[in-house]
This record gives sequence, C-alpha cells and structure tokens, in this order.
Amino acid sequence: MSRVFIALQTNDDTRPIIESILADNPHAVPVESPAMIKIDAEGHLTVKRESISELIGRDFDLQELHTHLISLSGHIDESDDEFTLYWDN
Amino acid sequence: MDMQVPKKKLGLKERYTLMTRDLAWDTTYQPKEKVYPYADYEGIRIHDWDKWEDPFRLTMDAYWKYQAEKERKLYAIIDAYSQSNGHLGVTDARYLNAIKIFLTAVTPLEHMAHRGFAHAGRAFPGAGARVACQMQAIDEMRHAQTQIHSLSNYNKYYNGFHDFTHMYDRVWYLSVPKSFFDDAITAGPFEFMVAVGFSFEYVLTNLLFVPFVSGAAYNGDMGTMTFGFSAQSDEARHMTLGLECIKFILEQDPANLPIVQRWIDKWCWRGVRLLSIVAMMMDYMLPKRVMSWKEAWEIYFEENGGALFKDLARYGIKMPACAEQIRLEKDHLSHQVWATFYNYGGATDFHTWMPTEDEMQWLSQKYPDTFDTYYRPRFEFWREQQEKGNRFYNQTLPMLCQTCQIPMLFTEPGDPTKICYRERTYKGNKYHFCSDHCQHIFDNEPEKYVQAWLPVNQIYQGNCFPEGTDPSAPGFDPLAAVLEYYRLNIGRDNGEFEGSEDHRNFEAWRGMAKRND
Amino acid sequence: MQVAAVKDYVGVPRDVVDNFHGNQLVFIGWDDHLMFCAPLAFPFPPTLRFGDIVEKVLPGAYGYHPDWAKIDWSKVEWMKSGEPWTPHFNRSLAENGIGHKDAIRFRTPGLTGIQGSCS
Repeated sequence: MSRVFIALQTNDDTRPIIESILADNPHAVPVESPAMIKIDAEGHLTVKRESISELIGRDFDLQELHTHLISLSGHIDESDDEFTLYWDN
Repeated sequence: MDMQVPKKKLGLKERYTLMTRDLAWDTTYQPKEKVYPYADYEGIRIHDWDKWEDPFRLTMDAYWKYQAEKERKLYAIIDAYSQSNGHLGVTDARYLNAIKIFLTAVTPLEHMAHRGFAHAGRAFPGAGARVACQMQAIDEMRHAQTQIHSLSNYNKYYNGFHDFTHMYDRVWYLSVPKSFFDDAITAGPFEFMVAVGFSFEYVLTNLLFVPFVSGAAYNGDMGTMTFGFSAQSDEARHMTLGLECIKFILEQDPANLPIVQRWIDKWCWRGVRLLSIVAMMMDYMLPKRVMSWKEAWEIYFEENGGALFKDLARYGIKMPACAEQIRLEKDHLSHQVWATFYNYGGATDFHTWMPTEDEMQWLSQKYPDTFDTYYRPRFEFWREQQEKGNRFYNQTLPMLCQTCQIPMLFTEPGDPTKICYRERTYKGNKYHFCSDHCQHIFDNEPEKYVQAWLPVNQIYQGNCFPEGTDPSAPGFDPLAAVLEYYRLNIGRDNGEFEGSEDHRNFEAWRGMAKRND
Repeated sequence: MQVAAVKDYVGVPRDVVDNFHGNQLVFIGWDDHLMFCAPLAFPFPPTLRFGDIVEKVLPGAYGYHPDWAKIDWSKVEWMKSGEPWTPHFNRSLAENGIGHKDAIRFRTPGLTGIQGSCS
C-alpha cells in the first residue's frame, strides 16, 4: 500500500484538527517540522467533522481545512462529514 | 400564522452542482468550436465534459470566504513582522539571498501561472474545469501579490530586491524560469494543465513550498513562512485539480494516453531542471537546515511521486523516462548548481559564498558518497583563494542548453567528472543540450525551441546593452554594460557575500538592536 | 510534428550566424576541470588563427586554475562534436572546419584538477 499524507500548519486552530486526525486514524504517523506537521498514513486517511467539532465545542465545517492546509497526496473524497485521502494501490 | 419550516440545508455535492454546473450554458447563436477555438488542436479527445469531477467541490461563495480569511491572517502577520523589525531576527544575512532568488525567479512565475490558468479556464468547454481554473487563476495572482508585499519589507534594507520585474525579462539565470513558463503558456490548454497543473503542482511544487518554507520558519523569516504557507494552502487544491485533470483526460479516450505520457515526460523533466535552483537554496543558502535536498527529493518525489505513478498505471501511464537520471543526479545537483552561481556571482543580483567548515561537514554527512570526493576539494580551494584576496570569478560566459537554458553544468549520468554534451543539427543550424531529455523535448517541437532567447548568445549579438550604448567606443566594458542593462548595482548587489554591504549592515543593525547606543 | 499549433507555424531561429556581426560562436570545454562549471562560449571571427585562441584567449579564461600552467600542449587531446579531432594551430577557425556553434573539448592527460577531483 502506498502512503498518503496531509500537511498542516501548526497553530492554535490546527491543534484540535491534528489531535482528532491522529485519534481517528491509529495507523497515521505524525512527522513534525518547523511550523508544520506532516501526517503520513498507509493507504488512506480520514478527517472527521464530528471528532473535530467535539474537541472544539462548536460545529466545524470541513472546508475550514483550506485555511490551514499545506499539502496532501492521494485521491480525495469529500462530503459534509468526512474528508478522505486514499490511494488505490 | 404559518409555521416557519427551516429549509433543509443542501449537501456539499448538491451545492457544488447548483453553483457550478448549473450556472453554465450551451452556446446557441455561435457554434461551439468558434467559442472554444483551442479545445481540439492538441489532439486530445473529450467526449463528455460532465464526467469532470471536482473532488474539493469548492463553490465560488465558499472560495471567497476562505480566501478572505487567509488574506486577513497573512497581512496581520506581515504587518507585525515589519513593525517589529523582524528582518533582524533571521539567522544570518546570507539567508536573505535565497529570498532574493525567490522574488526574482518564483514570484513572476506566480503571475505567469495566473495568466496561464485564466487562459486555460477560458479555453475549456467544460464548466467544472472552467470554475476550477478560474479559482486557480485568482489564487496565482494572490500569490504574486502577497509575495511582493511581504518581500517589499526587505527591499527597504537590503540590496538586490529593487527591480525584479525588469530583471525577470533580462538577467541570464532568470531566463530559466521565464522560458519554462513561456513554454507552458504558449502550449494549448491541455498541455498547460499537464505541465503546470499536474507535473509542476502535483509532482514537484511540494519541494519548493514545503521543506523550503519550513526552512524559512526555521531561519526566523516569518514573512516568507507566512506567504509561503498561505500560498501552499491553495496548492493542495491546485494539486487536486492537476490530478483530476489527468484522470479525466485519460478516462475520456484511450487515444489520449500517448499524448499525455509525452507531456508528462517533458514537463517532469523541465520542472526538475527548473527546481535545480531550489536544490542549491536548500543545501547552501539556509543557515539552519530542515533537511537536505536529497532527503526532500526522496520524500516528495520518490515516495509521493512513486505512489502517484503506481496509481496512474491503471491508465497505462508510466513513471517519466527521466526518473532514472534524476535519481543519479540527486547526490550532485545542489553542489553543481551552487558552484555555477559561485562562478558567475559577479553577474547576479544576490551574493554567493563558500560554506563554512561546519556546513561542509553537514554536506559530507548528507551526501556521503559524493561531497568529499567531488566537491569539497573544489570548495576548499575556492575558500582558501578567497581568504587570500583572490576570490574566483569565471571570466567567460557559459555555453547554455537550448531547451532548459541552464549553463551546461550537468555531468554525464553515472560519471560526475564529465560534462554531458548533446547536440543536434536542425535545418542547417547546430543546437546543444545538457541531457538526452532536453534534446528529446527539442526533437519533438524544434520549431518552438529554435527561437529560444539564450542570454549568452543575446549578449554576444549585442542585444543586452542599455539603449544608446556604443560597443565600438574606446574602453567599452561589455560586462559592465550588461550589468547596467540588468539594472544591477555593481559592487552592491552582486559578488561575494563576505564583506558586502548587506553583510556589514546586518551585523551593525543587529548590534544596534541589542544595545541603546 | 514540428510544433503543435492552430495553423501553419515556422519558428525563426534566433542564433543564426548572421546575427553575430561577423563573428561566429565557438564553445570550448576543458575536460576534468569542473572548477569552470560549464563549457565557455566565445564570439570569434572565422578568420581567427586557432593558435591565437589557445595562446591569447584561453589563458584569460582558464589561467586561474593551478593546472593551467602545467599543460603540455603537445599531449593535449582534442574533440569536436564528441569525436577525436586534431586542430592546426596555424590555420584559421574556418580552415580548421570549425563552424558556427561548434563545441570543442580538450583533455590534458595527467591533469585532473584540484586533488584529482576533476575540479
């Protein structure tokens, strides 16, 4: 399986996002660099609206990710509730 | 009284359909081929534009909302950075030379990308593709503007930042990025998308914006970090567009495969050659280093690009033919390019220098198979000579590759001691190339590349002197005239970093920042 | 396909010899001496004596290198367009068959740059 990744800026807004991605994707591996974090995951990685909303105590819109995203890899499947990266190989 | 029934909120997919596809219309009083005259000539066959899927499903209203938020954040930080004299917090004034390259070589490309995507968006008959290209065109304009605004702060204090738009069209090393993008935007809309949307954005742009911008943060450059990451937040969407575009073209008709493969081969190679300057920025110009060029290459090209091409194999797409040569070059690239700019440091708008012993040790450790054998002896010799007041400058202009326009500095694949020479005669004229891949690109479209504006050849034709110059006047100094044509301040912008005005000022100002005298 | 275009398209080469005001371009590379990062480009009149390049022009270009003074010119190996070739020092470029934009390389046996690193 190839690895997908998502890279995010590290700031106060992304702290709960990173936390819930790591909780929802136990196979994901965080790699920290100055000012950013890259989260690698075998095959697929899912960001869940509900988990983030729960952590921040308000309704989170997954498109808010756009403000903090640095980069990603893999095909994307996006709905109101989940944002998934995956490779088919 | 009627009960107020809350309207059911539309889902993301429905919203996207309503706000994108449903806003498009079919032409009635003009035939479609007249409205979209560039849709067919490249040979790409599209049967059903409705099959275009935009995975991000970003609609224009949401787009404005998030972009506005990004801008507000960015400008708050830029203001704070300049108000607090943030420039004195960078690790070392040498670092700023990398940022000068960014402004002269990258920012104008953002503007060209804006033009390219605006054109591609106009040329595609499908609504999904048009909206995505339109957003990207606006993004690219934003990137150019935010970079100019952020870096204008440095222009107040340091040399070489003063005239980047003038330089972009003239200075020898800037013909490399310029010709890259001119090549892309003069191609048709499909080739442009494969060139910039896919090959550059998806496969290569991470190497510029991710480790280098993280490096800017590491070196205390909050300005570059902020515009870099702000630009990169759009990049994720651009990459997705590039990938989507490739999949769409390949799924539409099997006859598209060989055309797309040829474009991927061409543009991955052109992109790799373009990024050779970033290799040197990462390994030589960041005083504090996040990772080596080679490590970044392995993560973002070999691993990430490998996964991508494995995935595209189902369409018959193969890893670009140049991948093997690129693998061999990763141990040499940054050293060879830095040596080249050290050679011609008299004719650049930024300073060059030899690495310190500590830095050479880092290079030895990161490049154990090559640095000590091939590059350290040269660099130590140069450093000794510079300390003796005999700093090396190459006195003669270099031979350039007809396709990538880079000096012929690259060595034979597998033999780092021999320059790689390739040549071709076309319609009675001779053309030279740095590699098989640059030659193949020429062979596929010679009528395009015979027109290359090669800076060295232009200088020798007398086309790079200020207006009114008389080259036959007694005591005419051609090099000085060329630098004047570049609007480069000789002795301030160019040459050795040690002892330069930037070096002296930075030391003095940083001293003042810590004391009250 | 010579170019992908919407109509007939012919490129005008920018570097034809007529554009060089009586000169031609000659490219020269010194093998195994990568201190000079790339081969060099020179505008020369076709009537120039080949020996004058070696005696009067190249010292200014390559003289900085400690190997330059050690060259034994009787042993130098020359190449043109990648093929072994022997120049006549007393003949002109044209008489030596050196055309516009020809690339000439020379190898100096026994000399391999700073500490043998081909620098």
